[in-house]
Amino acid sequence: MSAETTILLALAAPWLGAVLIALTGYWPNLREAVTLMTAATTFVLVASLYPEVAAGARPSVSLWEMLPGLSISFEVEPLGMLFAGIASFLWIITSIYSIGYMRGHHEQNQTRFYAFFAIAIASALGVAFAGNMLTLFVAYEILSICTYPLVAHHETDEAKQGGRIYLGILLTTSIVFQLFAIIWTWMITGTLDFTDGGILAGHASPMVVAILMALYVYGIGKAAVMPFHRWLPAAMVAPTPVSALLHAVAVVKAGVFSVVKVTVYIFGIDFLTELGSSEWLQYAAAATIILASLVALTKDNLKARLAYSTVSQLSYIVLGAMLANAVGIVGSGMHIAMHAFGKITLFFCAGAILVASHKTEISQMRGLGRAMPITFAAFLIGSLSMIGLPPFGGLWGKWYLSLGALDAGKLGLVAVLMLSSVLNVAYLLPISFRGFFSNPDTKGDGNHGHGGGIQEAPLPCLIAISITSIGCVVLFFFPEPIYDLLRLIVAN
Amino acid sequence: MSLFGLYNDWIVIVLMMTGFYMVIAHGNLVKKVVGLNVFQVSVFVFYISMGKVRGGTAPILEEGIELYSNPLPHVLILTAIVVGVATTALALALVVRIRDAFGTIEDDEIHALEDEA
Amino acid sequence: MIESQLPALQVVVPLISAPICMLLRRVPMATWMLAVAVSWLCLGIALALLTQVLATGPISYPLGDWAAPWGIEYRVDRISAFVLVIVSAIGAVVAPFSRASVLREISLRRVYLFFAMYHLCLAGLLGIAITGDAFNLFVFLEISSLSSYALISLGRDRRALTAAYRYLIMGTIGATFYVIGVGFMYMMTGTLNIADLANRIPQVADTRTVQAALAFLTVGIGLKLALFPLHTWLPNAYTYAPSVVSAFLAATATKVAIYALIRIYFTVFGAAEISEVFLIRQALMVLAVAAMFAASLVAIYQNDVKRLLAYSSVAQIGYIVLGISFATSTGLTAGIIHLFNHALMKCALFLALGCVFLRLRSVNIGSLAGLGKTMPWTTAAFVAAGLSLIGIPPTVGFVSKWYLIQAALEKDSYLIAALVLLSSMLALIYIWRVVEAAYLRPVPKGQETVREAPLSMVVPTWIMSAACIYFGIDATRTLEVARSAASFLLSGAQP
Repeated sequence: MSAETTILLALAAPWLGAVLIALTGYWPNLREAVTLMTAATTFVLVASLYPEVAAGARPSVSLWEMLPGLSISFEVEPLGMLFAGIASFLWIITSIYSIGYMRGHHEQNQTRFYAFFAIAIASALGVAFAGNMLTLFVAYEILSICTYPLVAHHETDEAKQGGRIYLGILLTTSIVFQLFAIIWTWMITGTLDFTDGGILAGHASPMVVAILMALYVYGIGKAAVMPFHRWLPAAMVAPTPVSALLHAVAVVKAGVFSVVKVTVYIFGIDFLTELGSSEWLQYAAAATIILASLVALTKDNLKARLAYSTVSQLSYIVLGAMLANAVGIVGSGMHIAMHAFGKITLFFCAGAILVASHKTEISQMRGLGRAMPITFAAFLIGSLSMIGLPPFGGLWGKWYLSLGALDAGKLGLVAVLMLSSVLNVAYLLPISFRGFFSNPDTKGDGNHGHGGGIQEAPLPCLIAISITSIGCVVLFFFPEPIYDLLRLIVAN
Repeated sequence: MSLFGLYNDWIVIVLMMTGFYMVIAHGNLVKKVVGLNVFQVSVFVFYISMGKVRGGTAPILEEGIELYSNPLPHVLILTAIVVGVATTALALALVVRIRDAFGTIEDDEIHALEDEA
Repeated sequence: MIESQLPALQVVVPLISAPICMLLRRVPMATWMLAVAVSWLCLGIALALLTQVLATGPISYPLGDWAAPWGIEYRVDRISAFVLVIVSAIGAVVAPFSRASVLREISLRRVYLFFAMYHLCLAGLLGIAITGDAFNLFVFLEISSLSSYALISLGRDRRALTAAYRYLIMGTIGATFYVIGVGFMYMMTGTLNIADLANRIPQVADTRTVQAALAFLTVGIGLKLALFPLHTWLPNAYTYAPSVVSAFLAATATKVAIYALIRIYFTVFGAAEISEVFLIRQALMVLAVAAMFAASLVAIYQNDVKRLLAYSSVAQIGYIVLGISFATSTGLTAGIIHLFNHALMKCALFLALGCVFLRLRSVNIGSLAGLGKTMPWTTAAFVAAGLSLIGIPPTVGFVSKWYLIQAALEKDSYLIAALVLLSSMLALIYIWRVVEAAYLRPVPKGQETVREAPLSMVVPTWIMSAACIYFGIDATRTLEVARSAASFLLSGAQP
C-alpha cells in the first residue's frame, strides 16, 4: 500500500466509522466495538506512515481544486505525523475510557456522542495532515462545528450556554482573524502551500508580518491565548471523555499545532528571527502562562482548574513557536506530546472521580484517595509530569522550551517558565495530597465519607488511566522517536 | 428655451408629485391606488410628449408629408398602459380581499389589526 | 433547427403554460405535473444555452425576425445564461416540492391559479434575464412582479394580503422609476436596445439627462432588489407568502433584479464609467454595509423563522451589492458567485421551513423545540444551509466570502473586509438560535407526534442543501463561469 493511499484511508476511516456508529446505534455493544475497531484501524494506518516520515520523506496527496489555484491537499510532515499519532493513539484509549464512563454515568444520546467523536478525530487528522493553509482551515472549522454537539451534549441550559461561548469564540476568532490572515497571505504570496522556510519571506514588510502573525495567533482561537481562552473553561460542561480527548488533546492541540505549523511553514523561523515580528507575542504568551495558572489556583471545581491549567500549558507551546528558533520549535513539539499524555491522565481521573463518587469540587475530595487509590496515584503521576519532574515525560517539554528561551537570549522567559512550574505545584499537588492524606470530610452527606460505599471507577476507566499514566513514564525514558521526528523539521 | 417652453415637463412633474404624495400620504388603500395611477399617467404623458416632433404630424405615411412624430414612445406607452391596468386591477382585487379579511381599508386600522394577530 | 429557437422557447414555454393551467382548473394536479415538466424543460433549455454560450460566445435572437436594434432582441451572454440556469434550476427543484406543500397551504380550488401564477412568474424572471431590450425588460419585470404579488396573496394568513398590497405599491413605484430612467436614455440616444445603448451612452454621458436616468434606474431597480433601505416590502412578503413561494421568490426574484442592476451598470453604463461621476459606487458600498449590519441585527430579534430569513436575505443582498460596488473583476466575481450561492442556500432554508410548516403549522422559534429528533432530515438540511449562510467551510457561503474579502483587500479596504467578516458572525447568532431550539430543547409535552416530512419534500430540500455543500467543496466550475462573466462585463459593453 502506497503512502498516499494510507493517508487517504487514515482520513477516511473515522468518517466511515462515524457512519457505522450511527447505523449500529441500536446495539450498544456492537456500536462500541465499531468505535474501538475504527480507532485501532486509524491508529495502525497513521502509525504505518511513521517509518517513511522518520526517514525524511513527506508523502503527499492532492485531491481536487476547491478554489481556482487552491487545492484540498494533504502532506505528512514530521510535526503533523506527531500530532496525528498522538490523537489517533489516545482515541483508542479514550474509547475504552468512554465505554466505562458513559455507561457508568448513564449518559443519554450515546450514539450521537460516539459518531461526532469520530468525526472530530477525522477533522483533527485533517488538520494534522493538511498540505496547505486552506485545507487546514477547512478541517479546523469542521472540527469546531462537529465538537459543538459534544460540548452541548447534556442539552441543559448550562450546556447551551457553554456551547454558545465555545462556538462563538472559536468561530469568531477563526473567521474574523484567521480567515482574514489567510486571504491576506494568499493575496501577498499567491500560494498557501506549507513550504520549508516559509512563503512570506521577501513578500511582506515587517509591519505587515507583525500584523499577520498576530492575526494568526489570535485567529487560531483553539490555542486559547488570552483573551480568547474563555471557550476552554466553558467547554467543560461536556462529558469528561470529551474534555479529556478534545479539550486536552485533539482540539487544543489542533490549535497550537496550527500555530507552530504557521510559524514554521508560512512565516519561516529564519525570516521571523530576522524581523523580530513575533517578539511581542512571546510576552502575550508568557502573560497567559502566568495569569491562567493564577486563575487555576482559585478554582475549586476540578475540571475548571484543569481547564485553566490547559490554557496555561498551551501558551508554553505558543511561546516556543514565537521564539522562532530551532530548539524552541522542538520544545513546542515535545510539549504537545508530553502535555497530551499528562493532561489526558488528569482529565480521566477527574471523570473517574465523578463517576465513582459524583464529586466535582476539589474541597469535597478529602481522603478520597483511600477509596480510589489507583485513580489518585495516576492523578499524582499526571501532576508530576505536568510540573516537569523526572522521571516523567513532562520534563522534556519544559527542558527544550527553556533551552529555546536561553537560545533567544530571553532570561525573563526562562524565569516565567520556572515560576509557572512553581504555580503548577501549587495548584496540582494539593489535590492528590488531600486525597491521600487528609481525613475524609464527614460533615457533609455522611454516606459519601471514607468507605461510605465509594469504590474505584469502572474497569475500562481504570485501564485507560493506567495506560496513559504509564505513557507519562515511558515518554521520559524513550523520547527519541519524537525528538528525531522534530529535528527533521528544523534540520535545514 | 423659456421655462414656459417646457410646460409639458412641468405638467409631468406636477402630476408625478401629486400622485406620489397621494400614495404616501393617504391612508385609504383605494386612494393609494388612485395616486399610483396618477403617478403612472405622468410617466405616460412624459413619454408621449417625448415623441412629439415640432411641426410633425401623426405618423401615417401620406403623400407630401415629410415630418412625422416619433411613433415608438407611443407604442411603448400602449404597453405600459396595459401593465398599468393590470396593476390597478390586481391592486383593487387585493383591496377587496383585504376588506373581506380585515373589514376596513384604512391603513392605520389595518396596522392595528395586524399587530393584534 | 430547434436549437436556434431555444432563446424564444425559454420564455415562451412557461408563458404558454400559464393559460393552459387556467384550462386545467378541474384537475388541479395536472397543473402541478405541468409545472414540474415545464420547470425541467426550462432548466434543460437554460443548460443548453449556457453550454452553447460558453462554447461559441453570445447568442443573439431577433424576436419575430425584426433585426435589432429596431426589433426586440433576445441576447444570451455568459452572465444572462448563468442567471437563466440559476432561475430555472431553482424552479426545477421547487416545482416537485410544491405538491404537498401547496395542498396543505392553499385551498384546492385555488391550486390551478397558484400554478398559473407560478408559470407567469417563471416566464417573467427568465425573460428579464434573456432580453436585450431595456423596455422589454420592464415588461418582464412587471410580469414577474404582478404574478408574485398574486402568489404572495395566496398565503393563508390575512396579513399576506396586506403584504402583497404593500409590495405592489412599492414594486410599481420601482418599475415606474425604471421606465422614467429608460425614457431619459431613449431621449438622448434614440434606442432601447441594450447593446446599442452601450454604444451610444458614452457620447452623451456628460449630460444631466443621462445622469438623471442612472439615478432613476438605480432607485427603481433598488426597490425591486430590496436594497437597504428600500427593502421594507420584503420581510412581510416573504413571511406571509406560502412556503413554496417564499423559497422560489427569495432565491430568484431579487437575484434577477440584481442581474438587471449589473446589466445597467456594466453593460449600458460600463463604457461611460459614469458610476464615478455620481459617487454611486461609494453610495452603494455604504448602503450594502448598512444592509449587512442593520438587517442582520434585526434578524437576530425575530421569532418567526421565516421573517428571520427574510431579514437575512436583505443582509445577504448587501453582500452581493458590495461585491458589485467594487467594480473590479474580483468584486464582480464575488457578487455573481454570491448571487448563485445565496440562491442555493436561501432556497434550501425556505424549503426546510416549508417541511416544518407542513407538520407543525408554525415556524415560530418556540414551536421548533425538539425538531432535531422528530424531523431529523429536515433539521439537518436546515443546519447545512444555515452553516453556509454563516460562511463556514466547506460550504458555498465560504467561497463567496473568500472572494468578497479578496476583492476588498485588492482595493486596500481593510475596514470593509473586517466588516464583512464581523457581520457574518451576526448570521451565526441568528442561525444558532434556531439550531439551539431544534436540538437542545426537548419536545414539548403533550405535543402530538410529529413525523418527518414526506420524501417529495425532503428530497428537494436536501438537493438544495447538498448543492450548498457540493459547490462549496468544488467551487472551481461555478467560479469559472462567474469569473468569465465578470471579465466579460468589464471588458466594456462591446459585444
